[in-house]
Amino acid sequence: MHFAEPLQLASGATLSEYSLAFETYGTLNADKSNAVLICHALNASHHVAGTYENQPKSEGWWDNMVGPGKPVDTDHFFVIGVNNLGSCFGSSGPLSTNPATGKPYGAKFPLVTVEDWVDSHVRLLDELGITQLAAVMGGSLGGMQAMCLSYRYPTRVRHSIIIAAAPNLSAQNIAFNEVARQAIMTDPDFHGGNFEAKNTLPKNGLMVARMIGHITYISDDQMETKFGRGLSKNPSGEGLKFSFEPEFQIESYLRYQGEKFSRYYDANTYLRVTKALDYFDPAAQHGGDLAKALSPATARFLVISFTTDWRFSPARSREIVKALLDDNKNVTYAEIDAPHGHDAFLLDNALYHRTVGAYFEHAVKLGKGQPS
Amino acid sequence: MITRADFEAIAAWIPEGARVLDLGCGDGSLLAYLKETRKVEGYGIENDGASIVRCIQTGVNVIQMNIESGMKEIADQSFDIVILSQTLQAMKRTERVVADMLRVGREAIVTFPNFGYWRHRMQIAIGGRMPVSNDLPYQWFDTPNVHLCTIADFEAFCLDRKYRLLGRMVFNHDREQTHLPNLLGTLALYRFTRGT
Repeated sequence: MHFAEPLQLASGATLSEYSLAFETYGTLNADKSNAVLICHALNASHHVAGTYENQPKSEGWWDNMVGPGKPVDTDHFFVIGVNNLGSCFGSSGPLSTNPATGKPYGAKFPLVTVEDWVDSHVRLLDELGITQLAAVMGGSLGGMQAMCLSYRYPTRVRHSIIIAAAPNLSAQNIAFNEVARQAIMTDPDFHGGNFEAKNTLPKNGLMVARMIGHITYISDDQMETKFGRGLSKNPSGEGLKFSFEPEFQIESYLRYQGEKFSRYYDANTYLRVTKALDYFDPAAQHGGDLAKALSPATARFLVISFTTDWRFSPARSREIVKALLDDNKNVTYAEIDAPHGHDAFLLDNALYHRTVGAYFEHAVKLGKGQPS
Repeated sequence: MITRADFEAIAAWIPEGARVLDLGCGDGSLLAYLKETRKVEGYGIENDGASIVRCIQTGVNVIQMNIESGMKEIADQSFDIVILSQTLQAMKRTERVVADMLRVGREAIVTFPNFGYWRHRMQIAIGGRMPVSNDLPYQWFDTPNVHLCTIADFEAFCLDRKYRLLGRMVFNHDREQTHLPNLLGTLALYRFTRGT
């Protein structure tokens, strides 16, 4: 959807016009009260659920969560997946044409924040005639958007589901992001972000960035279980090559993931998305008081974390829960025992899905009424 | 084990509209009852995932937390009443949990099976075995109840810590037991606060 009205960004820059790519699942009811907005994390898109015709490998990134009879049941809810501004999957971003120059924005695309995304999402809701979402939901960076929407636009949402998120990034989180950005920016093919004009791609930089990111998505135990010290050619671990070719399975796996990522993801987008993560800190404008930052929210909250997530650990989710308790908000918190680390929010887990499913079923029961 | 009589007895101690925290809230049925009968607001604390799902279905706010962890996410004196129903005997750090109840709440309500009930005494004194009954259905080697106490024990515990008793009710199953409570009572309910 195209928006002709300029969008003022947190950085001070303005987007004179922009587009948002989105998909919907299920049916919007007559009074437009059953919409659920799904916010995506770092590298996903508006393609949340389902499979495109004749593309068997095109399953949506949260297909196990969203669909008919699934925890977010599209027989009851009208689900909207939206691609964030600055991304590279359809919404305006570095790959889009800059209306001022007629050429791709590239490095000229402004830095965007979680708040900017939420502002743009709300404009999409305006266009769709949805004055109040039944729920906003997201994992990781998507959870931050769900949190942000609930205090920035309290009247626009009845339930906020924040999964595997954090109230801000820790120094360690920022450190990993910075290493990833450095990998991209020091790639000789990056050319200050204007690689398109030079007809190149900072492929290696992107690949390394993804490899670093990927390590933080998986728990130590899970990596050990999945790969251990196994060698690619010889799983028993015998016969070392004494070379720098990938030998251990984990090396091949990371290279494969990085390589795949570098083929479909835009380097300028990666820089912007990691920066949006780094900047998110709602408590900062309130002297570090998260409870104060969240106090305008009127939604009911469901907060979920995973025991082995070390990127955004349960302790970070408990900070959100503490703030909501201090504010006397309606909040439920579940800490799911899962071995997978941060990635667990995308994976099948019976208790996790039952928790979310029960929450949405109860939301149907509560209807449009104010919290009881 | 938790009966309607407990619910009613607890509810009688709860002022209308009170802010209540229910530790070890299970499926949330006590909180749901108190919401309905006393219009309370509040949260359950529970550490079992399946119970949390049931709380969500019941419509009770529930926070997953180990109540023996110190509950640092819960601010001092942020609740009117903190309830620990039929869970005291399963706590490892009993003393700390009770102290935390009075840290986060102005008043505490504790209910527990009375180990001093005469049938339990008989099983030890005459049978020479650890008691197993409807009230204490577990074998000694396989029980969550690691800190059983009698009514007299609990009152001594409160006295030592200068907790001020605001109310006591003892039941023999569904009937209130006023005569020889430590001998004839199966379930004890206490309401208390910090001494001044």
